Amino acid sequence: MKKYLSPDPFKKARVAHGCAHMDEQNDPVTMILRLKDVRKTAHNWKTFHSGATPGRIVIPSEVNIRHTRQIPFEVDPPLHGSFRSLLEPWFKRPLESAYQEKLTQQVRALVDDVLEAGKIDVVEDFSLCLQSRALTLLLNTHASEADTWIGWGTHVFRSEDDPLDGDKAALLYDYIDEQIKASTPDPEGNLYSVLLSAEVEGKKLTHEEIKGIIILTFAGGRDTVINAVTNTISYFAEHPESLVRLRNEPEIIGRAIEELLRYFAPLTQMGRVVTDDTQVCEHAIKADSRVSLCWASANRDESVFESPEEVILDRKLNPHVSFGFSHHNCLGATHARQIMRVLIETLIEKVSSIEIIDFEENVESLGEFERKVGFHQLNAKFNPH
Amino acid sequence: MAKITFITQDNIPVIVEGESGSVMALAVENNVAGIDGDCGGVCSCATCHVHVTKEQFDLVSEASEIEKDMLELDDDANEYSRLCCQIDITEQLDGLVLTVAG
Repeated sequence: MKKYLSPDPFKKARVAHGCAHMDEQNDPVTMILRLKDVRKTAHNWKTFHSGATPGRIVIPSEVNIRHTRQIPFEVDPPLHGSFRSLLEPWFKRPLESAYQEKLTQQVRALVDDVLEAGKIDVVEDFSLCLQSRALTLLLNTHASEADTWIGWGTHVFRSEDDPLDGDKAALLYDYIDEQIKASTPDPEGNLYSVLLSAEVEGKKLTHEEIKGIIILTFAGGRDTVINAVTNTISYFAEHPESLVRLRNEPEIIGRAIEELLRYFAPLTQMGRVVTDDTQVCEHAIKADSRVSLCWASANRDESVFESPEEVILDRKLNPHVSFGFSHHNCLGATHARQIMRVLIETLIEKVSSIEIIDFEENVESLGEFERKVGFHQLNAKFNPH
Repeated sequence: MAKITFITQDNIPVIVEGESGSVMALAVENNVAGIDGDCGGVCSCATCHVHVTKEQFDLVSEASEIEKDMLELDDDANEYSRLCCQIDITEQLDGLVLTVAG
């Protein structure tokens, strides 16, 4: 079997029932599996809200390891919209040419390093480095900060034997506390300084609110970007002809990015808490219980996508939900898309082929389902032109 | 060559000209406010939503099911809504006026 493949474990349940159930830390989840249902539920924030106990809409739940509310992610409209208005211009900076030039320099230097290095672990030695260095651009902090974040390893909340490691989470939270305390208000500075000088609905942000925004920026874009980059490398390793095609047809790079994101769905699902007794695809859901919007399943919905199991790099119609949908769509999507673009442009320029030596898959257990979301380890060798 | 007018949210008309490609790409190239085209034109993000006038709706082809499904959940959508990444520029569109949705 091809190593890049990410099989769809949800197909049978999606077609037959549209929903599935998983138990998770004594707080069961009804997983919503079809694209239309996922989108309708994501849009209906009044019945399916995000402003529950901090950590509860995340699966696995983080209620036991986090008390700070992630913002705007765990806030409902209308306050959610006020925070988005503040943050969106900052998170659109990846569209600026100066930002793109710096990102390109980072990725080119990293690819040069791995071309010289021989065998590397793509997860630790490439994706984690790329994600951490790029995050210094998103935060507008000093480049050397990336070394600290790389030192934390691939997961912010997870260690090898514990999917929810409180000590590791505390490491991030303590770091962020220190960074906020050490910063001074400056609307032209880094994200900490900008937030210290900002107002939302006429009020200065509290330390806890700033911390919630920064935690989201770190946590939301770490495993997801690492999964997207590592899976993309595994795909190109087994499809060198795709690199040639993208070199010859650069106009399809945008579509290729969306297709790789659809296929690999770097975040499997996200939860909501139900405010009133309701129904989803004819299944009764009780108030104060959890549902999940299963992006990975929705992206393979055979009633919407032709040949959903295939990676079709120039797929023209691709209404995927890898960045979520509606009010809470991914704030970091512009940054993530830019990372993917620069990565592909650099690979087609500098790399002729990538050989996979060995690997260990990262498989999530989700009730009755097992889903490969990426790799724990992907040892490979990059070959130059 | 088609001349297309975008009316922005601030009620400012922006006139642009194009020969080929999508109307969204033309708007993004010309920095039309309110047309972001985040997904590059694959009908995934709905950040290129426009309203066509009733009189000119015949000029643009009907939306596909996938596009209609996206618009169905857009609070600003009406019966003359389109995602302009799904409209290809042709000479037939010359004189088209599109209002950028909120």
